[in-house]
Amino acid sequence: MKIMPCPLNGPRNISEFTYGGEFKLMPDPNTCSDAEWADYVFNSNNLAGVVTEWWMHTASSYWFLAERHTVTDQIIRTYDPSERFSQRVEFNLPASREEEVSA
Amino acid sequence: MPFSLLKYGLSSDYPVEVDLPAPTELKPSYDVVIIGGGGHGLAIAYYLAKYHGITNVAVLEKSYLGSGNTARNTAVIRSNYLTSEGVRFYTESVRLFKELSNEFDFNIMYSERGQLTLAHTDATVRAFRQRAEVNKHFGGRTEMIDRQQIRELVPSLNLDPGHLPVLAGLWHIDGATARHDAVAWGYAKQAAKRGVEIHQLTEAQDFVLDGDRVSAIKTNRGTVRCGCVVQAIAGHSSLLLNKLGIRAPIHSYPLQAMVTQPFKPFLDPLVSSSALHCYVQQTSRGEVVFGGGSDPYPLYNTRSTLELKESLLAHAIEMFPFLAQAKLMRQWAGITDMTPDYSPIMGLSPLDNYYLDAGWGTWGFKATPICGKTMAELVASGGQVPELIQPFALERFSRFEQVNEMGATAASH
Repeated sequence: MKIMPCPLNGPRNISEFTYGGEFKLMPDPNTCSDAEWADYVFNSNNLAGVVTEWWMHTASSYWFLAERHTVTDQIIRTYDPSERFSQRVEFNLPASREEEVSA
Repeated sequence: MPFSLLKYGLSSDYPVEVDLPAPTELKPSYDVVIIGGGGHGLAIAYYLAKYHGITNVAVLEKSYLGSGNTARNTAVIRSNYLTSEGVRFYTESVRLFKELSNEFDFNIMYSERGQLTLAHTDATVRAFRQRAEVNKHFGGRTEMIDRQQIRELVPSLNLDPGHLPVLAGLWHIDGATARHDAVAWGYAKQAAKRGVEIHQLTEAQDFVLDGDRVSAIKTNRGTVRCGCVVQAIAGHSSLLLNKLGIRAPIHSYPLQAMVTQPFKPFLDPLVSSSALHCYVQQTSRGEVVFGGGSDPYPLYNTRSTLELKESLLAHAIEMFPFLAQAKLMRQWAGITDMTPDYSPIMGLSPLDNYYLDAGWGTWGFKATPICGKTMAELVASGGQVPELIQPFALERFSRFEQVNEMGATAASH
């Protein structure tokens, strides 16, 4: 059994967790081009080495970040996203789009 | 007469057949360099030589021939896909597979047994009806069958596994298996016979770029210049693409499979169930092969895990209860380059003379002949993408035109 150290719940069996993808910064959906958005949605580095990725403790729906080595499968560090995000990410649509949606 | 046979064996008249010529030094330059000496890379080399007369070709293999995912798949050949693009592509592959033994004069042990996919819910029955119709329309042989027909086809199958009784089945008559190593050997031998150089233990490590072209490849045995390059590696596609700065939607997951001790023949068709995350087949030697879903998170490591074996076997035993007594002989895993739509990435790359044969996830072996043939056409024409593989271009993701085959995998991932 592989153990994942959850920053909220402590060490748990890795089967209690869901993998959430590579950690990458989102471009501004209001201003970025379609190509930039497609790159963000689909493409990945898929590195062999230490990567930062999103994980969720499934039972408590708690999302956190983990540094993991993708060759040895060693989990190096897990931490709360507050270390990377100091404020809430807003997804507000611009005024023109909002009108389209409500129309 | 045993004595005369022995004498003949020792005499110089005995026809010694060399499969591959002895290794040579790399030449300084080739018209085409193919990175990856698995089924795909060797097939591309073979068709280049056979149909297009291009023989100044080097196949670079970092280990030995067919040691990567060609040696690690479960040897299933089928074309019962979901989209018209997928069905046309894989149907042509099945057609070519049927001819390969004759073409090579070498037995690839192609064995047509049919593939049965089980439906355990009404939603799956509806999806299967669609797949059967799409298949028939594009030349595959697939039909829906009911419980009674399933019982007759596979008498040892438990039709009421726990909470998931079998409602119907998708019967794919073209489903088959072939000896996966033999496919690589056959292509290698025939390509080498036509003058292709196959360099084992030769790893492509880096590239020399000249504007938008790759002018040379740095290997552990020196640098070779190239007219064009085909990337045909599995499991590490991203790592090579990263060196060229090409971004691709590939995530690499291990896919584990295992095989039991041999039994007397009891199972002719290949049986799979995506609801039970499991597919089962009996080899011609009597062993039972199990495959299932990929590992739940990306990894470049083919280690075995107990969790996956346990869940895979639990489901296999639900389908075939007597297997609870079976002894496992061995387990293996391959690294699968999964794409978001479960279709390959074939064709042009952002570089002028660099062609892609990547993103083969769990569906690479069954595409080996058609992949080789179409990629050879692409290379020989200098970049005109054959119609059959146009839907699988890398740009389909930035155009939001994916070819969704997720529902047509043998076991859900």
